[in-house]
Amino acid sequence: MEVKGEIYRISGPVVTALNINARMYDVVKVGDEGLMGEVIGIKGEKTIIQVYEDTSGVKPGEPVIDTGMPLSVELGPGLLKSIYDGIQRPLPVLKEKMGDFIQRGVSASGLDHNKQWEFKPVVKKGDKLKGGKIIGTVQETENILHRILLPPNVSGVVDEINEGMFTVDDVIGRLSDGTELKLMHYWPVRHPRPVKNKLRPTIPLITGQRIFDGLFPLAKGGTAAIPGPFGSGKTVMQQQLAKWSDAEIVVYIGCGERGNEMADVLNEFPELEDPKTGRPLMERTVLIANTSNMPVAAREASVYTGITIAEYYRDMGYDVSLMADSTSRWAEAMREISSRLEEMPGEEGYPAYLAAKLAEFYERAGRAKTLCEDEGSVTVIGAVSPPGGDFSEPVTQNTLRIVKVFWALDAKLAQRRHFPAINWLTSYSLYGRTLDEWYTKNVSTEWTKLRSNTMNLLQREAELQDIVQLVGSDALPDDQQLTLEIARMVREYFLQQNAYHDVDSYCPMINQYKMLKAILTWGEKAVLALESGASVTNIIALESRDMLAKVRFEKDIDVVLDTVMKKADEEFAAQTHRGK
Amino acid sequence: MAKEYKTIGEIAGPLIFVEKTEPVGYNELVNVTLADGSVKRGQVLDTSKDIVVVQVFEGTGGLNKDSGVRFTGETIKLPVSSELLGRILSGSGEPLDGGPRIVPEDRWEITGAAINPYSRKPPEEFIQTGISTIDGMNTLVRGQKLPIFSGSGLPHNEIALQIARQAKVLGAEEEFAVVFAAMGITSEEAQHFMYDFERTGALERAVVFTNLADDPAVERLITPRLALTAAEYLAYECEMHVLVILTDMTNYCEALRQMGAAREEVPGRRGYPGYMYTDLASLYERAGVIKGKKGSVTQFSILSMPGDDITHPIPDLSGYITEGQIVISRELHMKGIYPPINVLPSLSRLMNSGIGSKRTREDHKAVSDQLYAGYAEGLDLRGLVAIVGKEALSERDRKFLEFADLFEDRFVRQGMEEDRDIETTLDLGWELLATLSESQLTRIDNKYIEKYHPAHRNKNKKTVESSTE
Repeated sequence: MEVKGEIYRISGPVVTALNINARMYDVVKVGDEGLMGEVIGIKGEKTIIQVYEDTSGVKPGEPVIDTGMPLSVELGPGLLKSIYDGIQRPLPVLKEKMGDFIQRGVSASGLDHNKQWEFKPVVKKGDKLKGGKIIGTVQETENILHRILLPPNVSGVVDEINEGMFTVDDVIGRLSDGTELKLMHYWPVRHPRPVKNKLRPTIPLITGQRIFDGLFPLAKGGTAAIPGPFGSGKTVMQQQLAKWSDAEIVVYIGCGERGNEMADVLNEFPELEDPKTGRPLMERTVLIANTSNMPVAAREASVYTGITIAEYYRDMGYDVSLMADSTSRWAEAMREISSRLEEMPGEEGYPAYLAAKLAEFYERAGRAKTLCEDEGSVTVIGAVSPPGGDFSEPVTQNTLRIVKVFWALDAKLAQRRHFPAINWLTSYSLYGRTLDEWYTKNVSTEWTKLRSNTMNLLQREAELQDIVQLVGSDALPDDQQLTLEIARMVREYFLQQNAYHDVDSYCPMINQYKMLKAILTWGEKAVLALESGASVTNIIALESRDMLAKVRFEKDIDVVLDTVMKKADEEFAAQTHRGK
Repeated sequence: MAKEYKTIGEIAGPLIFVEKTEPVGYNELVNVTLADGSVKRGQVLDTSKDIVVVQVFEGTGGLNKDSGVRFTGETIKLPVSSELLGRILSGSGEPLDGGPRIVPEDRWEITGAAINPYSRKPPEEFIQTGISTIDGMNTLVRGQKLPIFSGSGLPHNEIALQIARQAKVLGAEEEFAVVFAAMGITSEEAQHFMYDFERTGALERAVVFTNLADDPAVERLITPRLALTAAEYLAYECEMHVLVILTDMTNYCEALRQMGAAREEVPGRRGYPGYMYTDLASLYERAGVIKGKKGSVTQFSILSMPGDDITHPIPDLSGYITEGQIVISRELHMKGIYPPINVLPSLSRLMNSGIGSKRTREDHKAVSDQLYAGYAEGLDLRGLVAIVGKEALSERDRKFLEFADLFEDRFVRQGMEEDRDIETTLDLGWELLATLSESQLTRIDNKYIEKYHPAHRNKNKKTVESSTE
């Protein structure tokens, strides 16, 4: 039943209402225009509401209507290929309804309610079903089969189920207690969707980015943070991950980011080809775009909208990767609303519940056995934008306490145009050990060793660099100079990757192994050559070294590596010979 | 006529608290009449059944409890018209040039609505500014917002003026306009801008909004919004390409802080309000290109970093919203280099979409990356030389050291009236790179080296000549 109250006070996005008895987080319609809002506090007679739209011109005394429903999203076929704002309103529909600028008071439902889908049931009359069970399928896009799930909070015996063409509103069947079954159901965004149990993260999320897969792997169902001062290539990195990671479904949340960059994503995604299927990448993507100048309350909600959609696909048994760019903007939205509520601030003005909210959000990631006994995962990659690049600020610190992988973007590297500008000394991955088994089985038995050698080499380089800073590189003994040169090769030929180069943009795991192996083998040969009398200057001038530099741009890596290594053998043989 | 209230309960700084009103809309425009009959304008900040908080733009001097307050029932609007071009207006939009009042073709809300991200067209048209460090290494494109991060005593105004004079899109003769908004700058600075606009005839194509240092600080909060509304009108209704220059954003943020303090808000970092990010975004984000519309809004704002500190909240938050930044270096300025742009911390996020074979030249990105890498390495070595001396360097390192000097002296340095086209800039880059050994040019594909490297170029020329013989 709808209860009508009235507005008492308006201060920016925060509205206080009288005479409604709404529950916390219920959605309310505010003012004559019916602006969408959410109850975020109740103080005596007064109900405090955050409004998702601009409140200019709204007056005290205008009505407030309680819908009695928490903020929910529509889950069903048609989510993929969609571009939403923070509260699941499709942006193309908004454009149609109100033009190029976002006006207010327009509602639009998340799914297309007119489109018909072909539904094939997989259950029959008399089947006893528990919540979360698959009742049938819809081919949502060419390669993604949408499994229609019984809502997690519904169970019973199937009384009727039909095959055919349906819209998301049509009744496709009934349970014996009379519950209607539809292709779509609602789910409140602030409630995690239930799973049977969570599983250990033992499978890596392959991204095709050498520094990630090679040195700092992320597990499917894991959590990672990318902090980066501005201008360190964070956005490009996230887009690369969205394009190339081997998750089946991608949810990308542009939370409080730049309009032009969002436009770039919205333009680029529909044109991207999925490297595995040759179909548009958009067919397995959901985009949520809430730019920095769109209403702040909708920005706060966008993260929850995104993760709920991600969980829904996980429940069908898919691997989902969710990128949130940036969680700092999300935290700032919380801060802004908190300060409008005149709450007692915590550190740097952020609300005291910041840490709890962040933890709750990241905890919704994970690989899990779903209610339908399948396996699915939600991997969360959150960007944080620490003000002034200062990692000690609350959002970064609270995030680091939760996530297991830290990809430290470094502005200094970006300034030298070392991309991806991930600092190999400060980044870490706590999944290394749990994933070793997978790498040994699927890449090479040598892989673990190769990786730790690489890390040692880079660490050694950093120590030597400290000395070089003081005395200059010429003062180092030959073997150490050579170490520096080999480390430089690892950095420039392996760690650097060009996102805009056709071939280099994605490097399959097996190629990563081959390249790293080739570089380190070359290094070993160089050390041997040095020991048998060749000079550092001669070694680093070898042509095979220059050839290694270009390997990453080659399509047919096996042939090229073969030539390079043969050349290296010849050259080293000549060097050793001359040395003697 | 709206009802007049004489129920001011409290006056605090720029704020007045009005009691016992009929329902008043949030953000509504307010007229306050003083005892002497003069009228001040304000805006509703907080409204409830009991009390309405109004910020008065021209300051609360002369107000008392008997002043009359009228709520107009509408939000602040700017009368817009193509006749705005050539006009000089005050920070609150009143004509200052002695000309007639603007006859509006329409009245637009100054807060502006967010562009639907789905309607935006990704910016990609290269704007040639004629400044090598910008065109070559931090390319500006139409629809971008690229601020200048500067400091007091640095020539950011000259650079902004040079860009306003020289900026053009290659091969296109389209209508353009400049919207200039001064926020809290001194009248001397304002005159300098005006003089240059008049000298070059740019004033005809410009709309100028001036809020000077001695104008009320609270007016600064609407000045950029008026300017951007005018810009949007010219761009999306009159189909012009508009370059908006906002100076100085630091003064704007100071005004924002001042207002926050007056409202007794919980302060954020360094006393700036917690919503400063969102507030700045509502300005900076008003740049862009819309699908299916001819015009565009490009923003070039100037921001002086307090204490040259790039981590200060103002440049920091700006950097998170704008698509890059041009950083002015005091060190280069002291060396007598103009324009003293330090390319290392500078960045244009939209550069990659604006350059390349169809837009500038195929080798552009490679040259830029290599120049960056070379200069960065050279600067590191400079630090090293200070400790160990030049003699301790290897031949390779010495080359890089010289490269950094050459780069500053020839690539960065240019005249205030010198308009280098992109070809000149890139060729100059190659000339400098040629001082390094070819094997050090790791960022450049061989095919570009063969085509553009001066050594090969001359060879190519010779072969061409000999074949024609």
